Amino acid sequence: MPDRLALDFEKPIIELEKKIDEMKALSGSSKIELDDEIARLEKKAEKLRKDVFSSLNRWQRVQLARHPDRPYSLDYISRIFTDFIELHGDRAFSDDPAIICGLGRLEETSVMIIGHQKGRGTKDNLYRNFGMPHPEGYRKAKRLMELAARFGRPVISLIDTPGAYPGLGAEERGQAEAIASNLMVMANLPVPFIAVVIGEGGSGGALAIGIADRVFMLENSIYSVISPEGCASILYRDSSQAHKAAEAMKVTASDLQKLGLINGVIKEPPGGAHRYPDICADNIREILSEGLNELSSLPVDELIAKRHERYYKMGKWEQAKE
Amino acid sequence: MPWFQKSKKIQSTQKKAELPDGLWLKCDNCGEIIFRRELQKNASVCQKCRFHFRISSREYIEMIADEGSYREFNADMKSSDPLKFKDTKRYPDRIQKSTKKAGMNDAIRTGIALLNDRKIVLGIMDFNFFGGSVGSVVGEKIVQATRRAKEGNYPFILICASGGMRMQEGLFSLMQMAKTSCELAEFAQTRLPFITVLTHPTTGGTTASFAMLGDVIIAEPGALIGFAGPRVIKQTIGQDLPPGFQRAEFLLQHGFLDMIVDRTRLRGTLSTLIMHLHDADDSESEEQVSTVD
Repeated sequence: MPDRLALDFEKPIIELEKKIDEMKALSGSSKIELDDEIARLEKKAEKLRKDVFSSLNRWQRVQLARHPDRPYSLDYISRIFTDFIELHGDRAFSDDPAIICGLGRLEETSVMIIGHQKGRGTKDNLYRNFGMPHPEGYRKAKRLMELAARFGRPVISLIDTPGAYPGLGAEERGQAEAIASNLMVMANLPVPFIAVVIGEGGSGGALAIGIADRVFMLENSIYSVISPEGCASILYRDSSQAHKAAEAMKVTASDLQKLGLINGVIKEPPGGAHRYPDICADNIREILSEGLNELSSLPVDELIAKRHERYYKMGKWEQAKE
Repeated sequence: MPWFQKSKKIQSTQKKAELPDGLWLKCDNCGEIIFRRELQKNASVCQKCRFHFRISSREYIEMIADEGSYREFNADMKSSDPLKFKDTKRYPDRIQKSTKKAGMNDAIRTGIALLNDRKIVLGIMDFNFFGGSVGSVVGEKIVQATRRAKEGNYPFILICASGGMRMQEGLFSLMQMAKTSCELAEFAQTRLPFITVLTHPTTGGTTASFAMLGDVIIAEPGALIGFAGPRVIKQTIGQDLPPGFQRAEFLLQHGFLDMIVDRTRLRGTLSTLIMHLHDADDSESEEQVSTVD
């Protein structure tokens, strides 16, 4: 196994696994009998993975959500869908590689897939702008949502962005307008729409492809109104207090399920999605096909009314005492 | 005493001499000394440089609604701290402080008013409350205001002033963008105009949702309008921002606003726009004036 970038809490696991690999190599090359010892260590490693991953704090989940080895949209698309064809461009200004869109097949249904795309490595990340879209990315997404609606194809979105890009060109070309306009289109899109947060759900940049009939989150993904760093730099005047902000804002999948803001959490095996992308892809596929089955039987009016109802319920308030 | 300290002291005395005693104040932009009452008569716009001073939601009501016609609803809706949020202070304490400062329970007032004898629903965000940030209460009040407009067949005017979504309510806040957009998408199926007025500043999720969803979008001169805040952009790109960047004039030039309207002409402009876009049923609106709670 190549050396991975390991988070602090992953290190004991990875060290143990390395040891097991070494023993396996030794056992293969010599005649020393190590099978019992290997089996014992493998059990130990499994327990360690379970222990570590069942007690992660919020900041550790933020780190997992941003793990450089974490599967990105294209990694899931190739595993979940068949016959994928990528479609480009907003027909107005340019193509934005930070958002990928295309048609793919999920079992017997053709669907429109829209996802943020981060890059792997420096060069790729520069090309993908670290998964931070410009307005043209959101406008491409809107164009293709509308195309999906015209042909009666459901939309699946995969959310994974630190946020919409805060740059000169992005502002000049109307980042806010692009996002707002997507919200309006998604609200009344006459086809089933399922969104899955696979990594980082970074504020408005995430929501811009995320108004859906069902919203799911992978177990170690996050979704928040502002990045923990951004929140910390405002509240504590110190972005290195991000871990505190992550705790206070309750950004994890299980938090948001408890708060009733998402429909469900998709399991990741202990170790995380970056270690087991195939299993995670299977879990996502299962949720998607189940959801599409339920949603595709609804008449359009009911579909849209229920989608709105989902959001009307979000909010907590009380009456001020006089 | 070293000389440089002395000079500093002199400077501060000079400044003090120029400061207002309550009757007079200095324009933040051009430094002109203005008689406070004159300024108020002029919609808090500097006569010399047209600088728009910030005004409260109440002052907007006085300026836009026919005298005494405004009936506020949902005024006692208040945030309930869904996350039990605490940083250096508890969120409810911050809310309480804001309530004291701004004299309202959250960052928006919504109500029904007459504008040149025509009924409208009028929402006004107030930057003095928590920086005009949007949480559950603002979202719900906008949704309910939109519904009132739809039920009564009234135009909906929304004056925006907001730093964005309120992080103390976490994802609940972000979801207000989705919630208001769903309701406005329903409103857009009617023939009722939704007009937004973007005042200084309108940024973040507010701009990226209802503020930019107006059928007609108006801004006040010089208002800062954008998605990301200038500080964040500056940090990201590592250089100074060009002058005028993200100001109303810049947005108009780039095609994101219908017009920039001097505050002294705002009421008239809104009234004319509504005349053009809205088919009022006069007999019906007379009847409904009496049913406003």
